[in-house]
Parts: sequence; C-alpha cells; structure tokens
Amino acid sequence: MITEKIQKEIIDNFNMLDDDIEMSLNYLMELGEGLEPMNEDLRVDDNIIKGCQSKVWLTHTFVDDKLLFLGDSNTAITKGLLSLLINIFNNRSPKEILDSKLFFINETGLCRFIGTQRSNGLEAMENKFKLIALNALKNG
Amino acid sequence: MMSNFPISEVRTDFPILDTKINNNNLVYFDNAATTQKPQSVIDSLSNYYSSYNSNIHRGVHHLAEKATEEFESTRETAKSFINASSTNEIIFTRGATEGINLVASSYCKNFLNKGDEIIISEMEHHSNIVPWQMVAKENDLVIKTIKVTGIGELDIENFKSLLNEKTKFVSIVYISNTLGTINPVKELVKISKDAGAKVMVDGAQATSHKNVDVRDLNCDFFVFSAHKMYGPTGVGILYGKEEILDKMPPYMGGGEMIKDVSFEDTTYNTLPYKFEAGTPNIGDVIGFKKAIEYLNTLGRENIYRYETEIRDHTWNELKKIDRIKLVGTSDSKIGIFSFYVEGFHFYDLGLFLDAKGIAIRTGHHCTQPLMNKMNLDGTARVSLAMYNTYEEIDYFIDELKKIISK
Repeated sequence: MITEKIQKEIIDNFNMLDDDIEMSLNYLMELGEGLEPMNEDLRVDDNIIKGCQSKVWLTHTFVDDKLLFLGDSNTAITKGLLSLLINIFNNRSPKEILDSKLFFINETGLCRFIGTQRSNGLEAMENKFKLIALNALKNG
Repeated sequence: MMSNFPISEVRTDFPILDTKINNNNLVYFDNAATTQKPQSVIDSLSNYYSSYNSNIHRGVHHLAEKATEEFESTRETAKSFINASSTNEIIFTRGATEGINLVASSYCKNFLNKGDEIIISEMEHHSNIVPWQMVAKENDLVIKTIKVTGIGELDIENFKSLLNEKTKFVSIVYISNTLGTINPVKELVKISKDAGAKVMVDGAQATSHKNVDVRDLNCDFFVFSAHKMYGPTGVGILYGKEEILDKMPPYMGGGEMIKDVSFEDTTYNTLPYKFEAGTPNIGDVIGFKKAIEYLNTLGRENIYRYETEIRDHTWNELKKIDRIKLVGTSDSKIGIFSFYVEGFHFYDLGLFLDAKGIAIRTGHHCTQPLMNKMNLDGTARVSLAMYNTYEEIDYFIDELKKIISK
C-alpha cells in the first residue's frame, strides 16, 4: 500500500538523523515550513482539531474519489507532524485512508521525545483524517 | 554580590540533579509545578516502609506506636514551621487543592447564605477558582474577582471597591504560580477582616521561598502542599484557626474522624482528626517532616536571599533579549518568569529546550482566566528553586537565544 511505502520513507529519513532530538525537531520544523500555505479565512474554529494542545486546522476537498488536504498549525513542531500525515493521506481514496495503519511514530522514535500528550495530539489528528474519509465514503 | 549560600552542598543533597537528559545535564526550571526531593526525604520514605510501616492511632503494638509518633511529630514540626498556635490547627490533606475544597465545602456551605459574596482574584490558580464556583452554584453565592494590573499586581483599590456587607469570604493567592508576584497578603487580610470577611491564603508557592507566620498574617485559613517545598507528593496542610475549625462540620466521613458510631447516630472526633477521615498518607506525611527540617536547617531567610540573587540574574539576562516579552514584572516577585516570544510558539520552545536538558513548563499554568485577560494562549515559564545556579541560568539563556533565532 502506498501509505505504507510513504511511512517507510519517513522512517528512513528520521533514521538518518541518528536519534538526535534537536536534529529531529529541526527536521520537523522544516517539513512544516514546506506545507502548502493555508488561507487565514480557513483557520476558523470549524476546522480546528480538538484534542491537540496546540492549534491545528484541517480542511479537505473530495475530487474523483480522492481526498486532498490542506492544514496548518500555530506551532512549528506540530505543523511538521501534520505535514507528515498530509504526506501520507493526501490524494488517497477514503478507503485507502481508512484501511491504513500509522506505524511510523513508534518506528522513528518520535513518540519518545514528543511525549504522550503530543502523541495524543497526533492521534486526534489521525482520527480527524479518518473521520473525513469516513464521511466522504458515506456521502460519496 | 554573591551570598554564602552552600549551593554545592545543597545540590549534592538532591540526587536527581545529576541526571542526564538527552546527553545534557538536567537543568530543572519547573519548580513551581513540583520541586525535587533531597536524599533525607527519599530515605525517610524508604525507611518507613522497610522498618515501621503500620497503621497509625489505636494500635497497641510497637510498629503502630512508632508510626503514630513519627506521623504526629510532622504535625508538631508543621505547626512551628508556620507558627500556628496549636497542632489542632494543622489538618493533613492531599495537598493545597484539597484544603481549599475542604473549606469551600465545610465552611462556606454551612456558614454562608444565599446572595453572600466570595472574593477571589484574577490571578488565582484553577484550584482557588473552581471549588468556589462549585459551592457558589450549589448555594446561590456570588463570586467577585479582584483585578490584576498590567505588571501583574493585585489592584488594591479595586479590591476595596468590591467589599461590602455581603462579603463573607476572601480567598487569595500568596504568590502567583504564573506571574511570580508576591501579594501583600498581610494588608489584604486586614482589609478583608475590617470588612467582616473570613480569609483564606493559598500558600502553595510561598512556603518553599518565604517565611510564613500565619499568626502574623492573621488569616483564618492557609493551605500548602508538601511537594512544592521539597517534600513528597500527595500531602498538604490546611491551617485553620481553632475556633473556626471547631465549629465546622466534617468534610468526609469514615474511619479516624469518629468518636462513636451506631446506626442511630455518630459523634465526631475532635480536632484535628475530625477532618482526617480514613487511613492517611502516613509514609509521605513522615517524609514531609524531613522536607521542613531541610528548609529549617538552611534557613528560609538564607534561601530567600540566594533565590533573590538568582532571580535578579535571570531577570537581567531575559530583559536583554528583545524578542522576549515578560508577563508579570512586579518588583515584588520570586524567581518565576512567564514569557512569550513573538513568532515562536511556547510549545516549540519547550520541546527545543528539553532537547538541551532544560525542563520548563509551557501552557496556561492552570490560570486560564488570567491568560484570557492577557489575551494569551499560554506562556513559557521558568521557575527557580534554591538548588538552581548561575551557570544553569547562563546555559539556559544561551540556548534560548540560539533556539529563538531558528
């Protein structure tokens, strides 16, 4: 599955950083900076993901059975994490998103220095992607 | 001018300070959340469980006698520590939060009437807001809040304007956990009492930094937690004037707080036991004594003097960094620095500092109403303790500068 392949690439990229926390954080920051900008008018409460300590906004469009995501966060590290999820889930069908399992967190050691609270934030983000996929599947 | 504070000796008493975090020496600047524990406290916990663990009071055997004696001797030590009049005024709780809940529930529910007013301030910790909201909702009481000025001090004139014949209770924080401001509690207590109100002081952030004399303050209640003053978690003290505590009904029912029980009626134990239902946290109460003794041995004046020096050093260095915006700049403050950096989220800052072994706290610090007033989502907070050093502060400042220039 493509989502697995992308996660393996993410793991390889993080492994190159030798578990150096500062380098990993810098890398996440860079990834966040590379995210497609989100307009101010989309950063509204309706698009906020609940459960994250920092603010995260996520919107989507559904075209030709593929979901396209646009997201942003007010913190650089969370934005980096969000960019990883967008990278995994963008341009996939709802079914592909729902069938995918996120394993890169544990295998990159990200959870070790991002901590439980942040892992929970990530879980909330993952849930939001899957909820969007579920609704797209239901509503066509 | 550096004081003669025995910083090297103090640091060796705290084994956790030798820990490496991410291959860096731990720099622990999260002391307002909880302080680290000296070896004497750690040893006393281990000694209790390995040598004389037993339930206290009513036991006739040797271990019960020994445990009771040690437990009660913490009460005696705590009494002297805050200069209470009697051990009947020292109630063991789980922490400052429980002390506030106990008074809100037992005193305010029974002695305040519909429409009576409780005054708190805008800088209170959630622990000194929510219990009053709960009791106010249940009993139709009104809560008013003292305004905080731009530099993070209580507006005394505003406080005076809130007082009236309906004001029955005032509960204020001694030292703000977010701003570091030391409030003029003695003056606030006098103003409150002149208006006929009872006063509670939340001393959670005060007892590890300053001398506290409850008789000099003349407050009716004072609460604090062991874990914020180098003692174990899960233990705190509610001080209350004996004549008031005596009139208050028990807060919880169970063992220890009773004199006689039958299915028809129960008579309650005397002070302080009537407020200590159930088997208490014996080991941690015993460990708490060692924390108080540790502070007494060093002397709180000496601690305060040294902490003021490192506070000034931190303050001066932070002020030199243009992008750092300090929140809470009263001259009357301890070494708690809340700040934000424009263009750099406090959460990212906390993670990057952690990568360097520096532990700070980020967020709203359980003072959301204060954050809302200041239009902030949260801040980064550095909170110092007596074992922190000039070197640690310099290291932190260097790393902070590097991080925010990313």
